[in-house]
Amino acid sequence: MDVYLDYNATGILRPEVVIAMQDTFHLFGNSSSVHRLGRLARSAIEEAREKIASVVGVSPTEIIFTSGGTEANNLVLSNKDIPVFISATEHDSINAVRLDSKIVNVDINGVIDLEHLEKMLGYTDRPSMVSVMLANNETGVLQPIQQVVNVARRFGAIIHCDAVQGLGKIPFSFSELGVDMLTISAHKIGGPKGVGALIVKEGVDLPPLLVGGGQERNRRAGTENITGICGFGVAASLVQLALEQIPDLEKMRNKIECGVKAEIPEVTIYGEEVARLSNTSCIGLPGLSNESQVMALDLAGVYVSAGSACSSGKVTPSHVLKAMGFNDVAASSAIRVSLGWQTTESDCDAFVTTWTEMAQRILDSNELCGLVT
Amino acid sequence: MNQSKIKNSASSSNPMRVYLDYQSTTPVDPRVMECMLPWFTEYFGNAHSSQHSFGLEAAEAVEEARNKIARVLGAEGREIIFTSGATESNNLAIKGASRFASRYRKGKHIIVLETEHKCVLESCTALAGEGFRTTILKVGTDGLVDLDKLADAIQEGTVLVSIMAVNNEIGVIQPLEKIGQLCQKNGILFHTDAAQAVGKIEVNVNNMHVDLMSVSGHKLYAPKGIGVLYIRRRPRVRLLPEITGGGQERGMRSGTLPVPLIVAMGEACNISDKEMYSESLRLIELRASLLEQLKNMIPDLIINGSMKERVPGNLNISFPNTNAMDLVKSLKDVAVSTGSACSSTSKDPSYVLNALGLSPSITRGSIRIGLGRFTTQSEIDYSARSIANQVLTKKNNEKVAAE
Repeated sequence: MDVYLDYNATGILRPEVVIAMQDTFHLFGNSSSVHRLGRLARSAIEEAREKIASVVGVSPTEIIFTSGGTEANNLVLSNKDIPVFISATEHDSINAVRLDSKIVNVDINGVIDLEHLEKMLGYTDRPSMVSVMLANNETGVLQPIQQVVNVARRFGAIIHCDAVQGLGKIPFSFSELGVDMLTISAHKIGGPKGVGALIVKEGVDLPPLLVGGGQERNRRAGTENITGICGFGVAASLVQLALEQIPDLEKMRNKIECGVKAEIPEVTIYGEEVARLSNTSCIGLPGLSNESQVMALDLAGVYVSAGSACSSGKVTPSHVLKAMGFNDVAASSAIRVSLGWQTTESDCDAFVTTWTEMAQRILDSNELCGLVT
Repeated sequence: MNQSKIKNSASSSNPMRVYLDYQSTTPVDPRVMECMLPWFTEYFGNAHSSQHSFGLEAAEAVEEARNKIARVLGAEGREIIFTSGATESNNLAIKGASRFASRYRKGKHIIVLETEHKCVLESCTALAGEGFRTTILKVGTDGLVDLDKLADAIQEGTVLVSIMAVNNEIGVIQPLEKIGQLCQKNGILFHTDAAQAVGKIEVNVNNMHVDLMSVSGHKLYAPKGIGVLYIRRRPRVRLLPEITGGGQERGMRSGTLPVPLIVAMGEACNISDKEMYSESLRLIELRASLLEQLKNMIPDLIINGSMKERVPGNLNISFPNTNAMDLVKSLKDVAVSTGSACSSTSKDPSYVLNALGLSPSITRGSIRIGLGRFTTQSEIDYSARSIANQVLTKKNNEKVAAE
């Protein structure tokens, strides 16, 4: 039995997306070519752009397609001359880009400290940039973007929001958030890997990262990934459907959390006291290493992850949990359970049963201490 | 070969519509497609979720593709990193290697050819702001590099030479082995943009002394949105990454790997390599047939660039005193181009053709014809007639207008 509960790492492709992508292989022209096949490819791309634009509430010309969320985030930070302020729980594709980024604290629930942001912005007299994520990939905790914008605007800063984990999981629009730039990714919403977008408000100046053929209005060179882009378009048009599923996902997620807490009262659910994504649960049992948890669950056919999927196999203490004030042991003992459009009640039951049995076994044998050094 | 499928896909409503723009992009080979599709749905894991089996099987598929591609280039799997395409590979190779070299070693000088792809030239322009100087070498009337000029251009502070393997507009093949030797002798990194070469001519990074090589998926019957950069390990070539984050691709290129596209790229390289010899012979015959038919009908046509050192699927010809842009647009059922797709919306004449020293009337009358895996003799015959008809009509009209 396969129980996939790792949607924040990557979603399961929606069948509508697969069909749409298969259709694009017939539109194989280069979208920059003048001939008919080129124009057909171009119009498919523009159609996808319009779909995505309408979902986030922007003009199609404000969308730059990239190879994914990571590239989009890197593009945001491509102007090395401007001071950057980021929250302490940003994704690596934000916090690893500039070594001189100024880190804004978060509280014990992972929510950004607005006073700290204000204080830090007050120290600089240069125009700066603030980048804060909409929803955290490990805990699902939501950041008060509108309040961040209120503070940052007072200092004339440009504001970017990494909404990769937010799209399709909470309703929002670009204008509601009030930011200048926004990152989204296809494969987190049931679309394909290898495509994402940066939304840049009209009039905001941004130097390109990739230069060359002048595609994407000179803001991102490279032949457009038409299959990916069309898949992204269809996935975006299903965002509304995904949003309607929120109450069900929340019910299932809460059931998981109640289930594990009932059996093992020692668990910690990170960020549970504040607003967070309805599909995400960050469950910790300090002393029980997340690596062994994930592997034990894997043997039983239950797939979750130890924090972010990105770090290519190395399990290091979560920088997110550490930023929230937890020690290395706690930050190495939490797993992320994330639900999605194909998740069922029985998946959740299977997780609870498997996880609690494993945890109980270890608690009984008193092996907890010393597991993590 | 699965020819019928693709031709039909491009011409479902029209009995004859011919695609002759294979240097711009290629359709996905049905065999590549078949290999790729399950990775969208059945095996959808994140290749970096290395702790569960969904992730592990994806990671294994990525490594298998990496090895397939490495084999075709004469490299090792761990010398291959995946990117979003050749534009990104070229950006990373040029900016990344130059920045690293200047930071940790010697000078700030780069040498490229005048006929390089825009993304190579613009990467150099981007570096100018950081104090890098670029020597842009002229090519001969055949489009080929002059090795003596290259040797002369090398100076104390030269860190990188970037010369494309095959030109995207005129298809000429540069003498990579000799360029590589020259670079090696002088201790300079050699990057080659091989987007138009892999799968069409033999490439071997060791024989050619290449340190960095860019490859594109959609030029060799894989989908758009995937490319490769070869980075030599012995002696190790170091780069400053362009895209950082999760540390994928050994820190040189962050971002979740698009597993289906990677699987497709691996298989596409494999097929192109296996069929290269027979396919080359077939294309050479088709091209000869096309050229002969066109010459019979339009005797004053001119071939741009070396015909000897040229990939089998490319033809770049000029019809003097004809407006090629109009010609391309009026060829409703034959897709050809006036040059690179990237700049095809601009009205400027091709800088590649200008570099050959052609007169403006010849440049203005030039079209690029790209033949490929699904091109058939009957398509060639049909296209030759259509192109000749249009050219002759236009010439006639101009003559009438002049009188």
